[in-house]
Amino acid sequence: MSTAVENIPSQFEVMDQSLESEMTLSMGPQHPSTHGVLRLDLRLDGELVVKAIPDIGYLHTGMEKLFEYKKYQQGIVITDRMDYLNPLGNNLAYVMAAEKLLGLEIPERAQVIRVLMCELQRIASHMVWLGTSALDLGAMSVFFFCFRQREKILNLIEAASGGRMTPSYFRIGGLMMDLPAGFDSRCKQFSADFPEALDTFDTLATGNTIWQSRTKGVGVIDKEEAINWGLTGPCLRGSGVELDLRKVNPYTGYETYDFDIPTETDGDVWSRYKVRMRELNESHKIVRQALERLKPGPIKADAPKVVLPDRDDMRKHMDSLIHHFLIVAEGFNVPAGEVYMPIEASKGELGVYMKSNGGPKPERVHFRGPSFVNLSALPVMSEGEMVADVVAIIGSLDIVLGEIDR
Amino acid sequence: MTEKLHEFVEKLKEENAAWVTDVIAAFDEVTVIVPRESIVDVCWSLKSKHGFDMLADLCGADRGPEEEPRFEVNYHLFSTTHYSRLRLKVLLSEDEPKVPTVTTLWKTADWHERETYDLFGILFDGHPDLRRILLPSDFDGHALRKDYPLRGYEPYSMN
Repeated sequence: MSTAVENIPSQFEVMDQSLESEMTLSMGPQHPSTHGVLRLDLRLDGELVVKAIPDIGYLHTGMEKLFEYKKYQQGIVITDRMDYLNPLGNNLAYVMAAEKLLGLEIPERAQVIRVLMCELQRIASHMVWLGTSALDLGAMSVFFFCFRQREKILNLIEAASGGRMTPSYFRIGGLMMDLPAGFDSRCKQFSADFPEALDTFDTLATGNTIWQSRTKGVGVIDKEEAINWGLTGPCLRGSGVELDLRKVNPYTGYETYDFDIPTETDGDVWSRYKVRMRELNESHKIVRQALERLKPGPIKADAPKVVLPDRDDMRKHMDSLIHHFLIVAEGFNVPAGEVYMPIEASKGELGVYMKSNGGPKPERVHFRGPSFVNLSALPVMSEGEMVADVVAIIGSLDIVLGEIDR
Repeated sequence: MTEKLHEFVEKLKEENAAWVTDVIAAFDEVTVIVPRESIVDVCWSLKSKHGFDMLADLCGADRGPEEEPRFEVNYHLFSTTHYSRLRLKVLLSEDEPKVPTVTTLWKTADWHERETYDLFGILFDGHPDLRRILLPSDFDGHALRKDYPLRGYEPYSMN
């Protein structure tokens, strides 16, 4: 800074030289742009970030411990509360891990509904990301447009499961219940309206020069570094790695759907933004395909010892009543062994490591949260950037602290 | 799928027979039990020669206080080129819950190892910054051990 400014009132001190020592700034845990209770220890030289140290654990609730004390079917409701923006993805990873241990075959209709609901949830999750990361960069109106779309999806999820944020809709062996009457027409209505909303977002943000200059070239991470730091999901695809678990390790029949993997090569906030925006389009494509595939059929696997019987059967058949009682009172035994079940959640690879000792309660459940790993790479992305850009980078990582702290 | 994984295991055995203690194939997944002292060499070999360039996950497990060996550390390796997944497992006794760090190979191991240390008390030799990550630094005990009660020993207060 030069002393060219003249006529400065005497009460203001003019700093003529750079700071001799670094300044430490504690950002968070209640900072609105840290998306939850994240604290960053920023070592600053002026406005430049010299070192960033994330401090997490403010939301730790010991969920992995709790799983060990709950029966397998009771664990599903805990998963809702991890990544609370993508609860159906968490449900899916958890129930699929248990299904892999049990060796269950899931009927076609249940698979299609799972794909449909997960893609709707992915759109809802990306809506929160777009709204909040735009809000962080000062674009207020995007937030309202995004939450309007998210509200429509939450209403659909509520219609199907009864819960907006905590659906627990997927159960081991199938679904909680079938879709309500009229669901597909409501879903088709949403699907017909959504492209217009996508155009609005493009007008509001993508073409906006302020938006572009705030995001381009900020928080760069290259391909090798991204793999080394274990980044997954849109953050990895923004660095030019064409990797989507729905394609490379397909599950729930994703291999039969037609969709592309959006990839960008620059590895900055802008690339991650563009990947997610194009992903919204791909998810919308999958939603439309899944809606066409909805055919009547069973929604629960044929496994009476694991899947709760229909209410009606319980009144007529003694064995259904017995099975119901045993599942609720004692749970079901799961064969001993261990599995790692990775799925492509809205934020990246969500892996569930589940270890069974043969009893009705798991011996160990570990969630590999994509936010946890993506956040660990924040220092490498933000060092050398300005403080205001750290906010943009956190927004582009799309973290949820409920999943990080578990 | 698993045939390909068994090929990798065979190659590992050819390279050094001492690297593989046991191989478990179940549920379409292959688990290789690796002695503690060779885990870094095995990871290095898999990363540099066999394309397992990503450490998807690292987590601990406790088999219970009466089991021997008591602790497990699971490494879930993933390849971004041939998309295979392999699990490496190191078994540790309660007296010496120590394993060399793999942060030298994958930077992502940093937080995973800190988490495993925090919740199980497993020490990672050579880790650059091994401190608690989820629980407060003055927390007593390791919460995910089987002998740690669900509600803790006494109400924890943040003062």
